[in-house]
Amino acid sequence: MAKTYEEINEKIRKGKAVVLTAEEVSEMARTMSPKEILGKVDVVTTATFGAMCSSGAFLNFGHANPPIRMERIELNGVPVSGGLAAVDTFVGATDCNVQNPTYGGAHVIEDLIAGKDVMLEAWGKGTECYPRKHIRTLISLKDINEAIMCNPRNAYQNYNVAVNTSDRLLHTYMGALLPNLRNASYSSAGELSPLLNDPECRTIGLGTRIFLCGAKGYVVWNGTQFNCSKPLNEHGVPMGNARTLALMGEMREMSTEFMRGAYFEKYGVTMYVGVGVPIPVLDEDMAARVSIRNSQIDTFIEDYGDGCKLIGQVNYEQLRSGEIEFMGRKIHTAPLSSLAKARQIADILKGWIQRGEFELTAPVRPMPTGTSLNGLEKRL
Amino acid sequence: MVKKVVVTFTAGSAGRSLTYELIKKYDIMLSIIKADIDAGRNGKLVLELDADEDHIRQAIEYMENCGVEVSPLENKIKYDNTRCISCGACTSSCLSGALSIQAPDWKVVFDPDKCIVCRHCVTACPLKLFSTDFAG
Repeated sequence: MAKTYEEINEKIRKGKAVVLTAEEVSEMARTMSPKEILGKVDVVTTATFGAMCSSGAFLNFGHANPPIRMERIELNGVPVSGGLAAVDTFVGATDCNVQNPTYGGAHVIEDLIAGKDVMLEAWGKGTECYPRKHIRTLISLKDINEAIMCNPRNAYQNYNVAVNTSDRLLHTYMGALLPNLRNASYSSAGELSPLLNDPECRTIGLGTRIFLCGAKGYVVWNGTQFNCSKPLNEHGVPMGNARTLALMGEMREMSTEFMRGAYFEKYGVTMYVGVGVPIPVLDEDMAARVSIRNSQIDTFIEDYGDGCKLIGQVNYEQLRSGEIEFMGRKIHTAPLSSLAKARQIADILKGWIQRGEFELTAPVRPMPTGTSLNGLEKRL
Repeated sequence: MVKKVVVTFTAGSAGRSLTYELIKKYDIMLSIIKADIDAGRNGKLVLELDADEDHIRQAIEYMENCGVEVSPLENKIKYDNTRCISCGACTSSCLSGALSIQAPDWKVVFDPDKCIVCRHCVTACPLKLFSTDFAG
């Protein structure tokens, strides 16, 4: 009864594949067994649209005449990497100019994807082969060479919920945390989230074709801070921040509908990234995995007001209700990632697969197992 | 009915006790939600007026005759919802409930009638889609 990638792709090519979103299959699982789901469903689409700081883009500007070895580079006044050959750069999503902290690398990437002109200014010391020392010009995606989004850590598998027990307002990358447990901020797309539907990465690996900000992109590596050592709940879901994905895609195929530059108050710039991952229902085990529901996804409550201690546990059904009871109080809950956008992405990916425009890829190499995280030890 | 308005006055018009007149003459149950008055006595008030429709209309006419500008609150809070991604970050610190996000569609909804101009949304929105005329 198990299916292979090739059998599923053959159905996709014939327009006969049955594709559901992860929310639809979770609903179906209320009345159907994994065996029945395996018989009915071929592919499940998952998605998320959240703030992912570890994102960026490689650009190649092309050579001017006379040429310059760009050693210090600014795009719209944002300093970006000068450490890649003569006319390559990496724009980090969180790159910013301290004089203008609300506009950063993520906004440069958004402006480029929007088709806007961006001011390039670069300096070099001048060499025998690259005599020019300075250039200031406009660039856009129409006139540069490569423009490749490359995100070292996206699509976190689960994430802690942020609260604040201290008596002062905290501005964090989890948003504004009001004093004395007045609010709780959560960021995962829950039952729709990619790595919660394939928690051990049986189908997601190097080379997995995905939706990335509107383009057809790829999983290119395990993401940084890939952590397999988080405790599992009774449904096999890792609790807290666990596995991650490194992703790449062609910027010219992307849309600002599915990526945005963002600024978190008193924290800095980050990038909202839209990711959709198709999961093949290969066997009963995968059918059971994609059936996961919000009520079965637990995560830890982390106190940003007291050294990021883990002080409780909650599930996504409770978080989505708008209020949780914790430490004898009712706490207002709110998301940080857009479920509306994530659903839109899961639907688009579903459409691509149903129309035969998107086939599934078996991993070229599986994700690592047994990894854990090192802290940074201060040795001096 | 309950109506929230922003009253903008200049030094010349601030001599009278507007709030006293509103209560006394027009029988308005009045709450001052926010007051932002500078040293030269120019300022803004956010008022909640609770009375029947006629009295509220007459009260607004009275204030305008006194030389103060009266605008509905929703005209003073700008929210660029065309660029909104409905992440929900603004709803987290909006304790008045003016900004909400919930099932089934999980899109951010702004109800100006509930807004108390706390301005948390102005800083909380990662896309900077909110602005008000009020000082921080």
